[in-house]
Amino acid sequence: MLIEELHPLQEERADDPESLGELAGGAEAGVFRHIGRRNRRGDGLSKSSGAEIYTDDIVLPGMLHAKILRSVHPHARIRSIDTAQALALDGVHAVITGSDLPTAYGIIPWTRDEHALALDKVRFVGDAVASVAAVDEGTALAALDLIDIDYEPLPHLLDPEEALSNPETAIHAPRKEGLNGNVTKHVKLEFGEVDELMSTAHLTVQGEYVFHGTTHTAIEPHCSLARVAQDGMLTVWSATQVPHYLHRELARVLELDPARIRVIQPAVGGAFGGKSEPFDLEFCVALLALRTGRPVKCLYTREEVFYAHRGRHPMKMTYTVGASKDGRIRAVDAKTILDGGAYASFGLVTTYYSGQLLTAPYTIDSYRFESTRVYTNKPPCGPKRGHGSVQPRFAFEVSLDKVAEALEMDPIEFRRVNFMGTGRTVNEFRILSNGFLECLDAVEQASGWKDKFRKLPYGRGVGVAGSCYISGTNYPIYPNPLPQASAQVQIERSGRVTVLHGASEIGQGSDATMACIAAEELGVPIDYVRVFSADTDLTPVDLGAYSSRETLMVGNACLMACRELGDKIRSSVAREWSIRADRVELAGGWAFDRAEAANPDHRLPIAAAFHLAEAEHGTLGSVGHYNTPKEGVHGDYRGGTIGASPAYSFTAHVAEAEVDPETGFVRVEKIWVAHDCGRALNPALVEGQIEGSAYMGWAEAVMEEHAMMRGEHEGGLHHGPSLLDYRIPTSLDCPEFVAIIVEAVDPEGPYGAKEAGEGPLHPSLPAIANAIYDAVGVRMDSLPFTPDRVWRAMQEKG
Amino acid sequence: MHERDALRLQDQPAVPGCRTGEDVAAEQKSGLVGLKQIVRFRVNGDAVEVGVPSQYTLLETLRYGLGLTGSKQGCDKGDCGACTVILDGRAVLSCILPTQEADGHDVTTVEGLALGSDPHPLQDALDLTGGAQCGFCTPGILCSAFALLEENPAATREEIARALAGNLCRCTGYTKIFEAVELAGEAMRLDQSPVDLLAKKRGAAAAPASNP
Repeated sequence: MLIEELHPLQEERADDPESLGELAGGAEAGVFRHIGRRNRRGDGLSKSSGAEIYTDDIVLPGMLHAKILRSVHPHARIRSIDTAQALALDGVHAVITGSDLPTAYGIIPWTRDEHALALDKVRFVGDAVASVAAVDEGTALAALDLIDIDYEPLPHLLDPEEALSNPETAIHAPRKEGLNGNVTKHVKLEFGEVDELMSTAHLTVQGEYVFHGTTHTAIEPHCSLARVAQDGMLTVWSATQVPHYLHRELARVLELDPARIRVIQPAVGGAFGGKSEPFDLEFCVALLALRTGRPVKCLYTREEVFYAHRGRHPMKMTYTVGASKDGRIRAVDAKTILDGGAYASFGLVTTYYSGQLLTAPYTIDSYRFESTRVYTNKPPCGPKRGHGSVQPRFAFEVSLDKVAEALEMDPIEFRRVNFMGTGRTVNEFRILSNGFLECLDAVEQASGWKDKFRKLPYGRGVGVAGSCYISGTNYPIYPNPLPQASAQVQIERSGRVTVLHGASEIGQGSDATMACIAAEELGVPIDYVRVFSADTDLTPVDLGAYSSRETLMVGNACLMACRELGDKIRSSVAREWSIRADRVELAGGWAFDRAEAANPDHRLPIAAAFHLAEAEHGTLGSVGHYNTPKEGVHGDYRGGTIGASPAYSFTAHVAEAEVDPETGFVRVEKIWVAHDCGRALNPALVEGQIEGSAYMGWAEAVMEEHAMMRGEHEGGLHHGPSLLDYRIPTSLDCPEFVAIIVEAVDPEGPYGAKEAGEGPLHPSLPAIANAIYDAVGVRMDSLPFTPDRVWRAMQEKG
Repeated sequence: MHERDALRLQDQPAVPGCRTGEDVAAEQKSGLVGLKQIVRFRVNGDAVEVGVPSQYTLLETLRYGLGLTGSKQGCDKGDCGACTVILDGRAVLSCILPTQEADGHDVTTVEGLALGSDPHPLQDALDLTGGAQCGFCTPGILCSAFALLEENPAATREEIARALAGNLCRCTGYTKIFEAVELAGEAMRLDQSPVDLLAKKRGAAAAPASNP
């Protein structure tokens, strides 16, 4: 029965009815129409035509421009601020300082130690002190010049060990009397009998490893725009990857009813963790809009992006690994100092992650880590792609290379011997799927490893490394029992499906992923699905794009909403045909009978099926949510929840490098990356994440360094806060990346999907270090592998 | 030092040519502010005449003066290439080009690449390969690639890499961008659509499920 004549174009878009038999198994049997195909992203043409709207592209009538005055001192007390001259400048509408925004904030509720504008003290060069709203940027900048600040410089600490041993120069007041105010967090955890197993090990390898510090460098600088409507409603558009957390913190700091705030995340031009907490400009534009009654925009300069930072923590790591004669990892003992910079940011979590995320994919009989995050007078460090675990993974995988060598084992074979499979890690995380062996096999074969390892001429080498990463975290940043992710799905009479979800599309393709899931479940062409995301007025809550959580968590929420709708549609169609509902398949633009796929009487264009369901059930809409499993997925020790994930991804890299013996220049020619992402919902997107991750890790290994100057006068200044001086790779620098997808489907993920956005970065650094050793016989335990360092290491070896 | 560099070091000597707050205040008193220039040039085929502040770069004129926000500002120093546009057939960095340099010339921005309502093969190819992730470098990448393919549609991967060396991409590792430019070049040479060409290369089963 057709309730309504359909538009002729709709049948044209449906699959050839003859082909429906191939789809009759349904998704539960692994028969997919959209999943697993290289579908277009949906936003690709909008991005390639220049039509995509990023925050800085939005212009509102009467809009003012804000600028932020920043500290020139790494550590100083603010004696006074005089803004009178700035306010007097023609075109200046408002000037705000720390006393206008006195409430502290911070992404982790236990360590709220930041203010939008410094209250009494500045803690790094670049700390925000005052903000101006003016008719244009030039006037706002001129006004910043006219703000007079009387600073009392304080001794500054740029080295974490120095900060540890100088508690009298407290960067922050100690939380309790007697504690060192320069320590953000100290964690010590032990699993198993480390001392005993270490002392009885066949051999132990000890090393000191240094990660130098790198930053995200998204090409879009941070930007925010605020508007206050006549009724007082505040809207903030921002280049953020955490609109929900921004919403909460805006309400707290501005002391506004959160129901009267709307946060919209427009297209974001890259983030990589660098936009995953509130930043000063978001509070400044909001308050300036409230004060002036006009829309206010602020766009960071590239220099400000470098100082805002939140990049990967420099770490100094001491690792001891003990192994048995047959190559089993008996004990791992790690001690790590994290250089946190001036504020806590995600540091509490980073401190745990620096140890907790290391315990797979290998069986480790006993493990101890002690990590200390220290404040220094430098730009705050935070989460960068592979949060907290890229640095220890480097130390660990280089250690394993040394152990394998000492045991005269092939390093790939060594890793195979220690493969843990599924089950419990030594720190009690539950792993249900593990494709690491297939990853190792894939890179071994693709790279021609057996013909290369220890066989290439001097100056050329190959190295291997493995890793594991989380697909979201089991617990949200602020403790609550509410769902971690949610989605709402509506069906319109044309057959169009609308998905509203809170996930932050930051380039990784979360919108495309939700479209793919909805199309698969509801049987429509993929471009019939319209996706709206990350607008707190329109879309249900999601916690944001961090910890590689979107595909698994929001994907599951979307799946739940779609399946509820699908059930209604199937039952209505089944009633019409007088068959059981589980025989009705929605796929390829049709509702059809699985048992009789060729029966034309049991076949309806999908829009007609939707009409039947709407006639029976009323307006077609549903909501779905996802919450993480809490039982039996982690230990119940203190900190046992941090780093626990519903599902874990696995990666193996082989890097092939050429080292110039004359100059120490390392040219990585090719990196083979095999990544177990569970079910690859869209292989093109997954490859994009694998290639982008491997690229970013390789760049951190050989090119990039986020470093501050030292000395009395220039101490705390960035060495080169520009994209010319902070060298990220160009198209001429890159090695060839070979991305290989391994699919160990996981019962927790939507269709078995796990993460792909961060895991594949980890092995880049140690694989290159191990390749350098294979090439020229020097161990590079300190990053980055720049020519001067490699050359010096070769000289020292002689 | 550019006028936008907010992080001014107060204790350092003034950089020549950079106006201080005191300068601006004095200018306001003397009525000297607000000097404008009028420039006439072609943008994406249309003759335009626009009055903008005399210090505006071409990027500022495009974005703020003409509302063409496709060209992006990533660094404002000529380092990242997100602002790349085509001036008389040549890829240039609009964020360091004074607007008057465009006076009397032809400018093509990303908004002008499409062929009427159809995407340019480069735009379509980039979508097909997944060469745009966050999309922020994309307008500049496309303008550089467009200038290259106009001159040499048979560009090799090495020539493509060289042509794109001034455009930083932070998402992709460039692999899928290279694939897109190669695909577009081949499609242009064979006068086929990138989608058909890719389908042939991959085999029909793996072809993208939907067309725009």
